[in-house]
Amino acid sequence: MSHQVTLTINGKPVTREIEPRLLLVHFIREDLKLTGTHIGCDTTNCGACTVLLDDKPIKSCTMFAVQANGRNVQTIESVAENGLHPIQEGFWEKHGLQCGYCTPGMIMTSKAFLAENPNPTEDEIRWAISGNLCRCTGYTKIIEAIQYAAEKLRQASESEEKVTS
Amino acid sequence: MIPGKFEYFAPTSLKDAVSLLNEHGSAAKILAGGQSLIPAMRFRLAQPEVLIDINRIEGLDYIREDNGYLAIGAMTRESSLDKATLIQQKYPLLADTARVIADPLVRNLATFGGNLAHADPANDHPATALSYGAKVVAFGPNGERVIAIDDFFTGLFETSMAKNEILKEIQIPTPPANSGGAYLKIERKVGDYAVAAVAVQLTLDGDTCQTIRIGLTNVAAVPMRATNAEATLLGKALTDENIRAAGAAAGAECDPSADLRGSVEYKRDLVRIVTIRALRKAIKRAKGEE
Repeated sequence: MSHQVTLTINGKPVTREIEPRLLLVHFIREDLKLTGTHIGCDTTNCGACTVLLDDKPIKSCTMFAVQANGRNVQTIESVAENGLHPIQEGFWEKHGLQCGYCTPGMIMTSKAFLAENPNPTEDEIRWAISGNLCRCTGYTKIIEAIQYAAEKLRQASESEEKVTS
Repeated sequence: MIPGKFEYFAPTSLKDAVSLLNEHGSAAKILAGGQSLIPAMRFRLAQPEVLIDINRIEGLDYIREDNGYLAIGAMTRESSLDKATLIQQKYPLLADTARVIADPLVRNLATFGGNLAHADPANDHPATALSYGAKVVAFGPNGERVIAIDDFFTGLFETSMAKNEILKEIQIPTPPANSGGAYLKIERKVGDYAVAAVAVQLTLDGDTCQTIRIGLTNVAAVPMRATNAEATLLGKALTDENIRAAGAAAGAECDPSADLRGSVEYKRDLVRIVTIRALRKAIKRAKGEE
């Protein structure tokens, strides 16, 4: 039996008839053709499928699409606006990726994390990305990328404060 | 991997959820955070014909102190436990536990109630709930029923809740003065189940151990208390010798199986040493030294 779901994806409402057993990650990739969200392990380990559900990072392979009815989902495709987002820029500048497979998940996790903790320590960053696996970089470059982004985002919010005050 | 077919319901009240359980019997499973159930369904280790999603039921996500206990709604996410100041300040054993369950992404969906109701001896909350002497509130056709945690776990993935009952709330007694607790987990990597983990909650009277409960993770088929280790310390001075004896007792009374995480001997020795460390940490906290 199919179910009708309506959810907001990257700011736009979508409505589809789906089978309840359809996983959110398959819905995103196959029904909506947003293939930036990856499937790495299919065992809830790797975090390549990370998306934001109402601003919180979750593994989209471990949720049914029908559960996202009425919710707000953001994928990697929503991140760049007027050029690269500071987190994407950080991964570019600091060589935070090699094969790139884990990168969309890393970036979505980092985006939610930096919104909550704009000035993190290295340990806090390591903790935040501990549900996202990378088999290339050894993480050091990813941490530098997130530190770069944190700095850039802090500068941006400071100059915004100056403008408004 | 694609799970098998099922019929999906998303009731908006506990009453409706219980009616659905009554109607569908053992064909139905409750979907809470889904972080254990959905992986099992993808592997087709679980193939429920009916899923009753309780995420749409309001009022099951709360943390509050009430009449001498901490009441936690069954659908409270692990990430909320991890971030709650009240828990960090007054319930360090619970704070320790919520911080090491799976990984931060999983914790955004995983629930306290689901972790207990799944009754997996490898899950972390059972040992902690046993150690606190918690109570579980189950909701069924005749309303609410309170179950002592010592009577809750009856087998591997089995609890004393009836098939038509839903876990609604967990109640943790507020520890009296001079109490401390700690949860220590040895895991191969973030997100893995514990090789072994130990939960300790105790109350001191000077240097004497006035009350103590110890729970063990993933070293028996059913979540267990280390009652011999508790007896070694109860009413006695917390000397180094007694703490070591309690560790030895816990290592002897657990019942681990050999697997990829280690041999039986290794796990027993791990329980011994982790019990000693958890006891020392709990004692420090009880004395306000940490």
